[in-house]
Amino acid sequence: MTLLGKLTWQAIPLQEPLPLYSGLAVVVIMLAVAAWVLAKGYLPYLWREWITSVDHKRIGVMYCILAGVMLLRGFIDAIMMRTQQAMAYNAPGFLPPSHFDQVFSAHGTIMIFFVAMPFVIGLMNVVVPLQLGVRDVAFPTLNSVSFWLTAAGALLVNLSLVIGQFDRTGWLPYPPLSELRYSPGVGVDYYCWALQISGIGTLMTGINFVTTILKLRAPGMHYTRMPMFCWTALASNLLIVAAFPVLTATLAMLLLDRYVGFHFFTDTGGGNSMMFMNLIWAWGHPEVYILALPAFGIYSEVVSTFSNKPLFGYRSMIYATMAICIISFMVWLHHFFTMGAGADVNSIFGIASMIIAVPTGVKIFNWLFTMYGGYVRFSTPMLWSIGFIVTFAIGGMTGVLLAVPPADFQLHNSLFLVAHFHNVIIGAVLFGVFAGYIYWFPKAFGFTLDERLGKWAFWLWLIGFWVAWGPGYVVGLEGMTRRLQHYDVAEWRPWLLVAEAGVFIILLGIIAQIAQIVVSVRTREQRRDVTGDPWDGRNLEWSTASPPPSFNFAVLPDVTDQEPYWDMKARAREIGQLTRPEPQYEPIHMPRNTPTGFVTAFFAVITGFALIWHIWWLVLLGLLGAYATFVVFAWRDHDEELIPAEEVARLDRANRAARAAALAHRQLRRESQLESRE
Amino acid sequence: MSAPGSALRAGSDPYHIGHAPSAGVPEYTGHGAGGPAPKRIVVGYGFWIFILSDVILFSCFFATYTVLIDARNGGPGPRELFDLHNTAIETACLLASSFACGMTSLAVARQNLLWTEIFLALTGALGLAFIGLEAHEFFGLVARGDGPTRSAFLTAFFALVGCHGAHVTAGLLWLGTMMAQFPAKGFKQTIRHRYLCFSLFWHALDIIWIGIFTVVYLIGTITP
Amino acid sequence: MLLLAGCGRAQLQPAGPISDAERTILLDSVVIMLAIVVPTIFATLAVAWWYRSSNPRARRQPDFVYSGRVELIIWSIPALVIIFLGGIAWISSHDLDPAQPLPARTAPLDIQVVSLDWKWLFIYPKLGIASVNRLVVPAGVPLHLMLTSASVWNVFWIPQLGSMLYCMNGMADTLYLQADHPGVYRGESAMISGDGFADMHFNAEAVSQDQFDAWVASSRSSGPALDDAAYRDLLRQSVPAHPYTYSSVRAGLFADIVMLRLPPGEGPSGGVASVRPVGLQ
Repeated sequence: MTLLGKLTWQAIPLQEPLPLYSGLAVVVIMLAVAAWVLAKGYLPYLWREWITSVDHKRIGVMYCILAGVMLLRGFIDAIMMRTQQAMAYNAPGFLPPSHFDQVFSAHGTIMIFFVAMPFVIGLMNVVVPLQLGVRDVAFPTLNSVSFWLTAAGALLVNLSLVIGQFDRTGWLPYPPLSELRYSPGVGVDYYCWALQISGIGTLMTGINFVTTILKLRAPGMHYTRMPMFCWTALASNLLIVAAFPVLTATLAMLLLDRYVGFHFFTDTGGGNSMMFMNLIWAWGHPEVYILALPAFGIYSEVVSTFSNKPLFGYRSMIYATMAICIISFMVWLHHFFTMGAGADVNSIFGIASMIIAVPTGVKIFNWLFTMYGGYVRFSTPMLWSIGFIVTFAIGGMTGVLLAVPPADFQLHNSLFLVAHFHNVIIGAVLFGVFAGYIYWFPKAFGFTLDERLGKWAFWLWLIGFWVAWGPGYVVGLEGMTRRLQHYDVAEWRPWLLVAEAGVFIILLGIIAQIAQIVVSVRTREQRRDVTGDPWDGRNLEWSTASPPPSFNFAVLPDVTDQEPYWDMKARAREIGQLTRPEPQYEPIHMPRNTPTGFVTAFFAVITGFALIWHIWWLVLLGLLGAYATFVVFAWRDHDEELIPAEEVARLDRANRAARAAALAHRQLRRESQLESRE
Repeated sequence: MSAPGSALRAGSDPYHIGHAPSAGVPEYTGHGAGGPAPKRIVVGYGFWIFILSDVILFSCFFATYTVLIDARNGGPGPRELFDLHNTAIETACLLASSFACGMTSLAVARQNLLWTEIFLALTGALGLAFIGLEAHEFFGLVARGDGPTRSAFLTAFFALVGCHGAHVTAGLLWLGTMMAQFPAKGFKQTIRHRYLCFSLFWHALDIIWIGIFTVVYLIGTITP
Repeated sequence: MLLLAGCGRAQLQPAGPISDAERTILLDSVVIMLAIVVPTIFATLAVAWWYRSSNPRARRQPDFVYSGRVELIIWSIPALVIIFLGGIAWISSHDLDPAQPLPARTAPLDIQVVSLDWKWLFIYPKLGIASVNRLVVPAGVPLHLMLTSASVWNVFWIPQLGSMLYCMNGMADTLYLQADHPGVYRGESAMISGDGFADMHFNAEAVSQDQFDAWVASSRSSGPALDDAAYRDLLRQSVPAHPYTYSSVRAGLFADIVMLRLPPGEGPSGGVASVRPVGLQ
C-alpha cells in the first residue's frame, strides 16, 4: 500500500491534449483571478463579507455565481457533444469513446447538480426570508455549510478533468456498468463522492428551508398569506428532505459494492441491479420537481408583478403545487417502462405520470388568467415567462406522450426522450432561473440589469433552444438512440448539423448574458434602484432597500393579507406619504459570520479526494479535521453580534426617505397631469 | 421558566412547547401567525425534520434488505445466522440507554451537572455495550466466512444493521462531546438545545432498532 | 405529416404489427394533446399581447383574481384529457405487453438474444445455430425472443419492428415481435454499455421462409461451433468486424448464461477497453 493510494503521475492526462489544455486553461484563469483579488486587496473584504458570511442573501448570491460558472463548464461539454455528433457520421470524430462518455456524463451531472440545483437554491436563499418578512433562515451557519459543501462537490467533479477521469456511465451510474468489473477506474468514485458531499449540503438546505417556512414568518403571515414562491419553495424543500436520503443511500450502496466488495447490485453473489433502478429513480423523479417547483414559483411572482395584478387562483395554485409535490413520489417507474414490469404495473405508473400533468396544466391556465385583465409589461423576466409557457407546453406534452407505456417502448433512451427532458428542464427550470436572477438582481445588488441585452439574450436562447432541440424530436423518431459516439445512418446527419447550429445560437445568447452583466456593472449608476422597488412589486422583499441591510427589516412587518407590500403601497399612494410612522428602533441580534462552512468544505474535499484515490491516512485526517471544525464551532461563546439601534435607524431612515421622496414625486406628477387635463 | 407541576391553566405552556402566549412575545399560535417561533422550537423542529430524513435513509436499507433476503448465493439465511439471545441483550442495552438518556434530560432541565454527567456516562456505557455486542456478532460472522461479501442477503444485513450501528457510534461521539461541553460551558441555552437534539437522535435510533430487530432478527428467524 | 413521412426508416415506418400499433398510439396521443396545447399557446400569446399596458382598448380588471367557473374549467379540461389518455394507456399497455404472444397461424420462432460487450449473440435453440450481429428471421412468423445480457445492461431495439426491452444479466425477459414483410431493419442497443456501445447496431433481415431455411442450412454447414471456449472468447470486450454465424450451439448455453452458471463478460483488461473492431471468423 503506497503512501498515495492509487494516485500516480499517470492520473494527469499528459498524453491527452483536450483535457490537458482545457484543465490548464482553467487553472490559469483561476490563478489570474486569485492574483487580481490579492493585488487589489480584496481578500480581507471577500473573507469577511462573503466567504464567512452566514447571511442568506450573500449565500444565495454565491450559489447563483457557482451555478453560472458551472453552466459555462456544462455548456462547453454540450458544444463538444454536438460537435462530435455533427462530425462523426461514418467517421471517428474528435472525441474517442472514452472521452465522449466522460463528456456526456459530466454534462448531465454538472447541469443537474451544480447548475440547476444551486441556481434554484440560490434564488430561494436570497428571496424566501425577505418574502416571509424575517431576518434570516432558521439555521444560518448550516446554510453556509450547505453552500460550501455544494461547492466542494463541484470542485471534485472538476478536479476529475485534470487528475484522473470522470465516470463514463451517464449522469446516473447504472450497475453493472458502474461496478468495479466494468468501471475499474476512479471515474465512478469521483462521481459518487462528489454527490455524497454536495448531497449532504442539499439535505441541510432542505431541512433549513422547511423549518424556516413553517416556523419563521412575520407576525400575521398565515399559510394562506405566504407568497406563491414561498409555497413552491416549501414543496421543493419537502421533496429534498424526502428524496435526497434515497440518493445518499443508493450511492452509499454502490460505493460499498465498489470499495468493500458488497453485493447490492453486482452481477455475482446475488446482487440485484434492478434495485438500483428503482432506488435511484425514486430519488430522480422528485429531483426534477425539486427543480421545477421553485421555477413555477418564480413565474408566479414575475407574471403577477408584470401584469400589475394579483396571482389568479392563489388557493388553486397551492393545491396544484402540493398535488405535484405528493404525486411526484408515485411515478418513478416511468423511467424504466422497458424493464418489463408487466402491463398492470406499467399502466398504473403511466396513469400516475399523466395525472401530474393536470395540476401543471392548471398552473399554466392560472398564469394566463393572471395576465387577463392586467397591464402586461414585456420586461425581460416577463419575456422569459411567456417563452417558458410556450416551450414547456410542448415539453410537457411530449412527457405525457412518453407516459403511455407502448409509446415509451419506441421512444425510451432515444433522442426524443433527450429532447423531452431538455425541453422541460431548459424551458421550465433554466428559463425560470434566468427570469428570477434578472427580476431579483436589483434587490441583491442595488441596480437593474440592462434591458436591451437582456432581451437579446432571451431571443437568442429561445430560438437557439428550438433549433438545437427541435431536431432531437425528429431524429429520435428516426430511431436514433442517445449517447452515440458515432453513427452510420445518413438520415440523422442533417438534423444533427441543425442541432449544432442551434448550440451556437445559444452560445450567442450566453455571450449576451455575460455582456449584460459586464455592461450593467459598468453603467450601474444609470440604473440605480433608489427606492428598493424597481418593478412595482407586490411582496415584502420589495419593501426593503436594495440591497437590504443585513437584518432585512428594522421591524418585522405586520401582515394582514396576501401581498402585504402591495396593500401598504396602495394606501401610501392614496395618501401621498408612507403609511407607517418611524418605528421605535431597537438593537438587533444577528448571527455572527464564521469560517465553519468554508473549513468544513475544505476537509470535505480532502476526505473526498482521499477516498477516491484510496489514500486512507488522508481520509482519517480529513474526517478528524471535519470533526475538529464541528467541535470548534460548538465551543464558541459568542454566536451573535449586536447591531446598535443607531445603525438600524440610519439604514432604515435612508430607505424611508428615498421612498417618501418617490411618493412625493409621484404625487406631484399626478397632480400636474390632472391639472394639464383640466 | 416555570417549575414543573405548577397548575395547568387552559392555554398554558408549562413545558414550553410553544402554544401559549408568554410575556412580551406576541401570541404564538403554532401556525406561524404570531411571528417567528422561539429558538427552542425552531431548533427542535429542524432536528426533527432531519430525523425524518434519516428514517427515509433507513427505509431504503430496509427495502433493499427485504428485496435481497432470499439472495443467499448458496450461503446461510437468517435462521442459521442469528443468535436471538445476543439480540435480546443488545435490545435491552439500547432501551436502557434510552431510559438513561431520558434521566439525563431531567437532570439537564434541573441544571444539575453531577447527575447530568452520571446519566450521560450511563447512556454512553450502555450504548457502548450495544456496539460491542454488535461488533462481536459482526466479527464472528466474518470469521466464519459469512461476511457481507458472501451474498447479497448478507450484504443487505450488514448494511442495514451496520448503518444503525454507525449512527449509534456517531451518537456516542456526540455524547462524549456533550459530556465535555456541560462542564465547560454550563447550561447555556445553546448547550441545552444541542442536548435536546442529541436526545431526539438517541431515542430515534432506539425506535429504528425496534424496527430492525423485528424485521431482521425476529421475522427472519421465525419464517422458514 | 409530410415531414414525418420523409423521416428515416424507423418508428414511423412500421414493418410489423407491434410497431404499427405503437405508431398509431403515438400519433393519436399527439393529436389529442395538440388539441389542448395549441389553443393554450395561442391563448397565452394572444392574452399577453392584448393586455399589454399600451393597449387602450383592453378592458382592465385588476380585481379578477378568482372565478369558480374558470377554476372548474381549468381543472376539468386537463382532467378529462388525462382520463381519456389514461384509458388509452391502460388498454394499450395490456394489448402491447412485450411478453404477450402474437396471434398467428404459424408457431413462433424461438430466438435467444444475449448482449455482450459489444456485440449481439442470437441463438436459435431449436435450429441449433447462432449468429453474431445479424438477425435473420422469416417474414410473417411471430418471433419469440428471450433476452438476457452476459455483461452489463443493454436494450434490444429494432424500431421498425416495435418495442424495445432491457437485456439484464441474470434475468431473461420475453419479447414478441414480427416482421410482416421481407426487408432489412436496423437494430441497435439503446443503453450505454461502455466504449464500444456505438458499434452495437445490427441488421434484422426478414426473408421468405425458403430463404430462411436455406440460410439455416448453410449456417449449419460451415462456421465455428459455439462451445464453451468460443463463448469465453465472446466474453472479452471486442467489436466484431463482420457478422458471422456459428454452426452449432452447446445445449443449454442460454440457460447457463441466464442462471449465472457461466462467468460474466470480462471488463476492460488492464483497465483499457478494446474498441477497435476485431476480425472474428
